[in-house]
Amino acid sequence: MREVAVVGTGVTQFGYLWEKSWRDLAVESSLEAIKNSGVDKIDSIYVANFTGGTFVEQEHMAAIVADYLGLLHIPATRVEDACASSAVALRHAYMEVAGGFSDAVLVTGVEKMTDVVTSQGVYSLAMAADREFEGYQGVTFPALFALVARKYMNDFGATREQLASVAVKNHKNASKNPKAQFHNIITIEDVINASMIADPLGLFDCSPMTDGAASVVLMPLEKAKKLTNAAKPIKISGIAQATDTIALAQRESFTSFRATIEAGKKAYEMAGKGPEDIDVTEVHDCFTIAEICAIEDLGFFEKGKGAQATADGLTAIDGKLPVNPSGGLKGKGHPVGATGIAQIANLADQLRGEAGELQVKDPKVALAHNLGGSGATVVVTILEVV
Amino acid sequence: MLTIPRAWREKPQRYLFKGGKCKDCGFVTYPARKVCPKCHSENIETVDLPREGKIITYTIVYSAPEGFGDFSPYPLAIVELTNGARLMLQIVDTDLDKVQIGEKVNVVFRRLLVEGNAGIIIYGPKATVVEDK
Ligand SMILES: [Zn+2]
Repeated sequence: MREVAVVGTGVTQFGYLWEKSWRDLAVESSLEAIKNSGVDKIDSIYVANFTGGTFVEQEHMAAIVADYLGLLHIPATRVEDACASSAVALRHAYMEVAGGFSDAVLVTGVEKMTDVVTSQGVYSLAMAADREFEGYQGVTFPALFALVARKYMNDFGATREQLASVAVKNHKNASKNPKAQFHNIITIEDVINASMIADPLGLFDCSPMTDGAASVVLMPLEKAKKLTNAAKPIKISGIAQATDTIALAQRESFTSFRATIEAGKKAYEMAGKGPEDIDVTEVHDCFTIAEICAIEDLGFFEKGKGAQATADGLTAIDGKLPVNPSGGLKGKGHPVGATGIAQIANLADQLRGEAGELQVKDPKVALAHNLGGSGATVVVTILEVV
Repeated sequence: MLTIPRAWREKPQRYLFKGGKCKDCGFVTYPARKVCPKCHSENIETVDLPREGKIITYTIVYSAPEGFGDFSPYPLAIVELTNGARLMLQIVDTDLDKVQIGEKVNVVFRRLLVEGNAGIIIYGPKATVVEDK
């Protein structure tokens, strides 16, 4: 098996991009990633997208991306696993390169969420849950995570203020990220007094509807090292995926995500690293409570201590472990199918020391955590400076 | 668009509230499955589920998806039935402040939603909190 590196990366502006179609966005991030990868030939393409069928009434998107990139006749594959679609695509691209089938693979995640009204968007997103046994009861994604938040607050005595501190931190980080959807600083009071979405989660506990695309090009590490006109290669030293029950009601725990724990364990083992080795992380904060559970399930903080740790500033850019320096899904935006790849691009910038105002101090090892649905699919990726 | 068989074939779990019980380890699921998620046995019998349970965790939905706006704000709860089966249920006919972790509920039969352009009305289980007498 060959070692694999991220070479090129490309991320579009995230936000309400009325002037751009999903196709424009996918082509834009793909071209950026291909150009700064320094490769002259792409062997294979993965396109990750959650629900083009309902957001833009378009399926079969991978062929369109190949077509509009002028990269016809090579394999192009669409991958869908809800909000984890693009990290799942990354894992397949990784295996294709590691296994020797391809030398340069483009992975593009894209989602165009703002061509529909909010209630239809909420309905579309709910398709990542169990349609007949959750959707028919009126489940929304905020509701699923609110069920987790309620139980977490009940079991560990966590407060609304502690949950809110995730959103406050991530907005602060996003304010320095030029590509983020939000640049406004918010306070604990803003979060707590915002309109209720699904009790106890308010508007500022939730990631937004976002348009955006993100791309990376993967290559064998040894070949990447020889490219002279490319950005510094970043090694993927661990990548693992795990599943859990589709319906939240069937879980063993409602305050912990088993798929995060399992994918984390495997990725750490593959990389020969542990939680204590991670210098910076981008985790899937689709809701404030999701970041708290993630930093516990990945072993950074003890179960039940993540909320207090966040309120204490331990996860700030200058904290003990910077979590979501990009602004996370909350501040940067959450174009569902693009999120996992945007995390990888952001962390590659961090490891290259090119993250600008978001830069954490001298990181060597980074971890990305991308979660689909209410945690039925999780991918954990570990990146390293070479 | 979605058609009548999609609702009709769900009669056992949705209209008759049946579940599956593993004859090897006793684990009960809603709906019934072919394979027991605990012990992987395929020795599953269909059982009537109890109508009593308690709230494990809950939320109150204010921002509803398409088709549910008329109900909102509505509580949703993960309910554990007396035989251990767990499921997601909307809580109805109950004051919002009565919806709490640990409260006892009864499963009731209600209209769930109208699906697709064909306008098929889907019925199924919801729950009410049992008032202390
Ligand atoms: Zn069994």
